Amino acid sequence: MTGNGTTGILAWGVYLPYWRLQRSAIGATLGGPSGRGTRAVASYDEDTTTMGVEAARRTLAALGGSPPDDLYFATPAPAYLDKTNATAVHAALDLPEWTGAYDLLGSVRSSAAALRAAHAQSAAGGTRGLAVLADLRTGLAGGAEERDSGDGAAAFVFGPDGAEAPVVAELVAHAAASAEFLDRWRSPGDADSKVWEERFGQEVYVPLVEAAAAEAFKRAGIVAADIDHLALAGLHMRAVQAVGRSLGTRPEAVVADWASTVGNLGAAQAGMLLADALDRAAPGALIAVVVVADGADVFVFRTTDALPTVQADRVSRGVAMVAADAAAGRDDLPYARFLTWRDELRREPPRRPDPERPGAPATWRVTPWKWGFTASDCRACGFRHLPPSRVCLRCRTIDEMDPVRMADVTGRVATFTVDHLAYSPSPPVVGAVVDFDGGGRYRCEMTDVDPDRLAIGTRVEMAFRVLSTAKGVHNYFWKARPVAAPPANDVGEDRGGDA
Amino acid sequence: MSSNGIRDQVAIVGMGCTPFGERWDKGVNDLLLDAAKDTIASAGVTLDDIDAFWLGTMASGVSGVALSKPLKIDYKPVSRLENFCATGSEAFRNACYAVASGAYDLAMAIGVEKLKDSGFSGLTGVRPVGDGTDAALSSPAAFSFVAPAYAHRYGVDADEMKQVMSRIAWKNHRNGALNPRAQFRKEVPLETITKSPLVAGDLGVFDCSGVSDGSAAAIICRAEDAHRYTDHPLYVKALSFVAGPGGGASDPDYDYTTFPEVVRSAEDAYRQAGIIDPRAQLAMAEVHDCFTPTELVLMEDLGFSERGLGWKDVMAGVFDRDGELPVNPDGGLKSFGHPIGASGLRMLFECWLQLRNEAPPERQVATVGPGRNLGLTHNLGGAPGECVSFVSIVGPEPSA
Repeated sequence: MTGNGTTGILAWGVYLPYWRLQRSAIGATLGGPSGRGTRAVASYDEDTTTMGVEAARRTLAALGGSPPDDLYFATPAPAYLDKTNATAVHAALDLPEWTGAYDLLGSVRSSAAALRAAHAQSAAGGTRGLAVLADLRTGLAGGAEERDSGDGAAAFVFGPDGAEAPVVAELVAHAAASAEFLDRWRSPGDADSKVWEERFGQEVYVPLVEAAAAEAFKRAGIVAADIDHLALAGLHMRAVQAVGRSLGTRPEAVVADWASTVGNLGAAQAGMLLADALDRAAPGALIAVVVVADGADVFVFRTTDALPTVQADRVSRGVAMVAADAAAGRDDLPYARFLTWRDELRREPPRRPDPERPGAPATWRVTPWKWGFTASDCRACGFRHLPPSRVCLRCRTIDEMDPVRMADVTGRVATFTVDHLAYSPSPPVVGAVVDFDGGGRYRCEMTDVDPDRLAIGTRVEMAFRVLSTAKGVHNYFWKARPVAAPPANDVGEDRGGDA
Repeated sequence: MSSNGIRDQVAIVGMGCTPFGERWDKGVNDLLLDAAKDTIASAGVTLDDIDAFWLGTMASGVSGVALSKPLKIDYKPVSRLENFCATGSEAFRNACYAVASGAYDLAMAIGVEKLKDSGFSGLTGVRPVGDGTDAALSSPAAFSFVAPAYAHRYGVDADEMKQVMSRIAWKNHRNGALNPRAQFRKEVPLETITKSPLVAGDLGVFDCSGVSDGSAAAIICRAEDAHRYTDHPLYVKALSFVAGPGGGASDPDYDYTTFPEVVRSAEDAYRQAGIIDPRAQLAMAEVHDCFTPTELVLMEDLGFSERGLGWKDVMAGVFDRDGELPVNPDGGLKSFGHPIGASGLRMLFECWLQLRNEAPPERQVATVGPGRNLGLTHNLGGAPGECVSFVSIVGPEPSA
């Protein structure tokens, strides 16, 4: 280890889904006033686990050195209870068995806990901690929750400074304020949250945030006006806006919240804003992350001299900046389809058998394939098999295979079809035969795709998705999706006053 | 590979076939009994005369008891087989070998499928508990890869390709219209076929075979005993069955314009039967037209057309009922229907009628005559790149 002894953020990544819902589509369908702009929408085959995987993949893609020692997955909208969801993220990332994987479930405030845990673990033990924050925000049709929320995920790796991966932002202080009061709540199993009168929450929240911020700034040895980027996250938007004016920070320091394009990401909001700040911050900048949820958590980060190099490296690898991702997305999602995806509209099922639940032992036996998308290469002739095979298709050599992970390998569409007969929660199914760069062919489903714009030769990448859900079992596997045109990475018009 | 064949060692001496279609009125047991009854009557024997049975069904019954119980078979060997959509042919093949071995004097191969009771559209099947990683594509989708691949490779433009596919469906409907056992018994205008709603890829509803119920059966004996049962037996000239390594979906070299399994089984069958020029030597062929592009590619894989020219032969009417080589004169899977376990035997049933000049005059093919009287059946199961293929050749005379 050649680092400088500090610990902090080594890598960051955000995932925003492909789809955007025009808020005007809600009013146009239901009648009544229409909101402006769009919100990010998880597709029918996404959940917090798959979005968390995508954010973590983006984070780990640009990270050198060893894999994380611990993974903390925070979401208020878990795919499973009782069963750990972080282990699914762990498997899809092909992390080693010795990496711990833990859920922090139920509340938006879990996101602060995940950041705390990932950092504390690395600070105490010199290890690497991966925090994954994901949320899929639901609400009743026509409500503010549905309109103003968004779906997405963010991930961060904390660890000691090192040659393979320098610390880009050191956590210099954290302070919390906790309080028990009814701001918002949801019964387990419900899709919609209840909220108390907004002004009540504002009155309780503002002093709590002010107290936590004052303590954090004190511990960091700074004053509010020193903050360069103020990332304010919370579902209570009035309280969030109020503290933006009352903490004594510079007005232009407030990080834009992307409310008009993405919506409020709930437990992932703090992550998206912190990532946006890291995308753009100069070395030596102070970033305050404030999570307003059942009290407040205030984190103060100081960026390091290593940040510009890492920023440039991300650009050269084609990693989209939050600003570019937030401005992208396909915004012609019909409201009826959105409601169908969220199970808010009962639709006539096709005259096809319901999908089968995958078997636990069969699934477990093929973990490297099903979760890690790991193919096999024949040692004798080099032929690549997807799915992995013990017998070589080309030279028939038996049991002489090397595993090779294909999840991050891109490819091109060799041929494709639009299947109107196969079962899908959102027909039609688009099937494609994919030829991977460097060898290997696989036939799979496609997602996030406009069949009218799909062609032989279209570049694709793999995405971790839910193929189907049967008897409460989510059948996770990989689909191909078109590689988005490289985002321009320029700062959009949508930005607030952030300097 | 060594495949010695049993040319002229066994013969079909009786056949039966129920009407195919949406047989709401008949259960699996009824269909089996109806087909068996017609078949024993055709051979002039009783069920008790038959020494062993082979039942082919994909998913309409398990074990030999699925046949022995409805037919009240008295303590005789009954095998139950499954081999994708070639299940019926597989029952026939195994029965032939059992008789050729000398183990039995008289064997019955019977196939059945009851697809329409499921209440679903398209094919459904029972699968073992899986790991959930198989792509959810339907059969039409799996075969829909063929049409654009073929068009691309041989420079056929998309509209022309659609016309070729439609003409195959039109031809098979036209043939089925004259067949009282067929599921769909009316001609369909080309334009209706071309404009039918899409099911998968370029495949419209009319490019897909019928989902049906039905049963068909054959009785087989040693060739030298054939004339005890009938004056007009059909001799088995060739039986070939291959299963491929199933790697097409993983193989970048596979281009979806051919079924290598079919090529291999055809070569093997032609060798067994001594056929050099199938297009000239065969009087008819019943092929596995599960989807219209399948029939097109089969014309090349079976050696009826030059590579890349099958589409021209289709458009020229070479495979029409009154064409140079009639293909699917009974309507094929397209119009006769496709009850999986029965289809292979249904194909043989058409050979039984046509090669023995028992088809009604309005649909008897003119190609059958002295010096040209062989029929081919081809049965495919699975999907492009991952399939089984069966080819048989039968004829009314022992070879010289």
